[in-house]
Amino acid sequence: MSPIDENRLHSDPGIDGHAQSRNGRAPEPERGPRAPAPGATPQQRDRARTIFQKGAPGRRAFQCAGSEVPDVDADTLLPAALRRGEPPRLPELSEPEIVRHYVGLSKRNFDLDSGFYPLGSCTMKHNPRLHERTAALPGHARLHPLQDPERAQGALELMWRLQGALGEVAGLPHVSLQPSAGSHGELAGVLLSRAYHEDRGESRRKVLTPDTAHGTNPATVTMAGMEVVKLATNADGGVDIEDLRAKADEDVACLMLTNPNTLGLFDPNIAEIAEIVHGVGATLYYDGANLNAVMGLSRPGDMGFDIVHFNLHKSFTQPHGGGGPGSGPIAVSERIAPYLPVPVLVRGQDGAFDLDHEPDGAGSRSIGRLRGFQGNYGCFVRAYSYICSLGGDGLKDASEIAVLNANYLLARLREPGIAEHLPLPYGELCMHEFVLSGGPMKRALEIKTLDLAKRLLDFGFHPPTVYFPLLVEEALMVEPTETETKETLDSFAEAIAAILAEAAEDPEIARAAPYTTPVRRLDEVAAAKRPVIRETLVGA
Amino acid sequence: MLEAIGVGSLQEIFDRQIPAGVRLGRALDLPDGLPEQDVYEHLRALAARNTSTEDELSFLGAGMYDHYVPALIDMLMERSEFLTPYTPYQPEISQGGLQVMFEYQTAISELTALPVSNASVYEGPSAVAAAGYLAKLHNGASRIVVSAGLHPHSIETLRTNAHGYGMELVEVGLRDGVTDAEAWAQAIDADTSAAIFAQPNFYGAVEDAAALGAAAKAAGTPVVVAQIDPITLGVLKAPGECGVDVAVGEGQSLGNRLDFGGPSFGLFAAREEYLRRMPGRIAGETTDVDGRRGFVLTLQTREQHIRREKATSNICTAQALNALAGVVYLSWLGRRGIVELGELLLARTHYARETLAAIDGVEKLHAQPVIREFALRLDADLDVEAIRRHCASEGVNPGVDLYALTGREADRGGLLVAITERRTRADIDRLAATLGRAIDLAAQGSSAQATVAA
Repeated sequence: MSPIDENRLHSDPGIDGHAQSRNGRAPEPERGPRAPAPGATPQQRDRARTIFQKGAPGRRAFQCAGSEVPDVDADTLLPAALRRGEPPRLPELSEPEIVRHYVGLSKRNFDLDSGFYPLGSCTMKHNPRLHERTAALPGHARLHPLQDPERAQGALELMWRLQGALGEVAGLPHVSLQPSAGSHGELAGVLLSRAYHEDRGESRRKVLTPDTAHGTNPATVTMAGMEVVKLATNADGGVDIEDLRAKADEDVACLMLTNPNTLGLFDPNIAEIAEIVHGVGATLYYDGANLNAVMGLSRPGDMGFDIVHFNLHKSFTQPHGGGGPGSGPIAVSERIAPYLPVPVLVRGQDGAFDLDHEPDGAGSRSIGRLRGFQGNYGCFVRAYSYICSLGGDGLKDASEIAVLNANYLLARLREPGIAEHLPLPYGELCMHEFVLSGGPMKRALEIKTLDLAKRLLDFGFHPPTVYFPLLVEEALMVEPTETETKETLDSFAEAIAAILAEAAEDPEIARAAPYTTPVRRLDEVAAAKRPVIRETLVGA
Repeated sequence: MLEAIGVGSLQEIFDRQIPAGVRLGRALDLPDGLPEQDVYEHLRALAARNTSTEDELSFLGAGMYDHYVPALIDMLMERSEFLTPYTPYQPEISQGGLQVMFEYQTAISELTALPVSNASVYEGPSAVAAAGYLAKLHNGASRIVVSAGLHPHSIETLRTNAHGYGMELVEVGLRDGVTDAEAWAQAIDADTSAAIFAQPNFYGAVEDAAALGAAAKAAGTPVVVAQIDPITLGVLKAPGECGVDVAVGEGQSLGNRLDFGGPSFGLFAAREEYLRRMPGRIAGETTDVDGRRGFVLTLQTREQHIRREKATSNICTAQALNALAGVVYLSWLGRRGIVELGELLLARTHYARETLAAIDGVEKLHAQPVIREFALRLDADLDVEAIRRHCASEGVNPGVDLYALTGREADRGGLLVAITERRTRADIDRLAATLGRAIDLAAQGSSAQATVAA
């Protein structure tokens, strides 16, 4: 197994070579490394210079048109007191310089199109390029959000169809596409739950969240003015039913649950959990981060959930964009529907679509708006394109293969040589992802999960999610997704085995990794202690 | 693969994990999948049923604008290396994205004249709500004073969120098209957590931001928040020079397409003292073990994945790719370009307002300075929707029906007209001619009706 394969970061074709490792034992890939010429470094290792440090006064890319209108005194247009004194110190570069700068920066990024990206809980599946094309069609991309509904029927129909498809996948019929991302969908969900109880004259304040929950769950609860109550996890990795019974009371508004949970395990007690929660009059919220495990196989609505959020950037292929955009639609049951955000998409008897801003007129019980306009429509186009491509059976296939891939990779990682260092603390099989513990590795080989992750970078892989969920010591959370081949999964398992074997001989190699990346380990403590979060500019 | 897993079939993996009672047991009720070319045709057919800004002469604005998006932005946003990674949790292999964030933060900080910016939030109105939450965390006071000059979507979003985090909204009305200065000062007191205005405001008027900022500080100790449009900041006085503590806004005008309302990005900048309460990702500079300059996500102890219920926000995925478009656009525009573009917008918008207000039956809703948008009022007996329909039949979308958007009585007969650099003088003259004809026709129609009624 070569530690450097085609998954590696781009290096400058003109200047070959990879840096030597600290202990002088450079990784020995089959096709390199060619030793760097003395004094030469790959372009990707040039000192980082920001765009503000490039260009020269007077250079430009933009050419401004003439105003074509009669001259008017500047003070009439805008009184001096309202005018800016000095122009903002934006960069001054020509177009070729700008292109080179940003293309250069792009080469300092690892990305899903370059290699395996098993980042647990993030569902880094392939983003079909068709979706970029359909989203860029001018009828979608250049449609103004306040265009009259009768002249935006294609867009509204697309949203209608997407709502229908998401509702079918969730098993909950009423959908709002408005939330901007998963955590925004969570906020919608908690506010919906709160509105539901308030409408019944109840002021319930507690929201139950398992200790395995994503951090967005408790953070959302606080933002919605509610109080977090943590639920324990049982020995099998599921919700501790006794703890739930003890904490479920008339002051509980909601239980937020991810199923399969962040350990990648489907909670076998889900029906009982729903019964307990509903028994005290609370609602059940489904964090859709792990929906990629169950599309077409099991539906949150059928499990007893009242509210679900989707991450269109996970299960439905909206590219992650380096941290967004995302989209976080929600689907809800009948009893929650009256509180959905406005506007609500409606279809008239003539078949025409419209946006209803006051669904029940003055008596509207909607929680209101969560953002401007109708949501991240560009993401809707991509998600809808995906659903059209796959169809109902295809979505089920996607989830099945995602689970198959995860279990295969788990099996490979449970082979001798790996399993004793990275055991599976919960479960036997898994759903779409699994969580290993690096605890034994840390004790026996004296490398931490962080070191393993950093060494994986030299092998051309994006590491799994690390140190989450919190209840697993030195956690390593692996989600391969359905769009990876067996060969890729095998090569990842082999890389893990190679790193562990290497650490048994010399743990320092992993501890000082990575070696082949544009920069090596960065001082995050110093960055936080004295934050420098913008470029220092000189001159007026 | 099944053998390695130790199961006899794929089904066994599910049978052993998902209880029978919650298995779907039937196919999803969705159409069959289609080949790529058929999906393309279907999406193309849907697109063809939308009238985009390429299909008509559009003066729609009110929060999103048909500015020109330079071609290099399309090219850079489609690069796999920017399009397909996720949040830079592994900085060693994410220096490109992190440096883009750092450059973006610098550009927003420069534009707003505020020292700290995060790496983006979702979009404009929810950024206003996020500013309200920051104010609550900062001073714990219970009321938010908000100018009626904010976009109605912003006020509605703020109201939804404020109900959640337990704050009360007090709305201050407008006078002559801008925030009523007297009412503004009176509304703010010791219990005011945040005081929020928009610059330019929803009706297109340029507010005296410095006066609003000073009045707010004289009346209490609120966090002064301005909702700004960054594209105007080449010519408008920067928020940081107007006593503003937090500037938020919709970033779409900076190189992002309309996309029927999103995705775009929200900007969030502030004075230094708010740094540790900011929502969202922040990139910071540091060095690696070899002393090389590098960038990391920093101040993460604010964030949900570390601080959980004590986080300053729940935001995780934001709008990194859209913020990239924003900073590329600002680099393309450049230091001179942003001033030149601002001047162009001022001149053309002024011309458009004077030209349209000269039409019989049309008057200015206010006489304040305007930079990229302005509000008109049509005579009371004119039906705005009928006039807009007539204009549409001539291929012109004359702007937003104000009353339909705000529901405010004062906005009846109102038309909000946006002028970007893509609208030439000839386009403006064509709008005037079309609007004039539409009004004539409507006037004839209403007098004919009057005759019939008589």
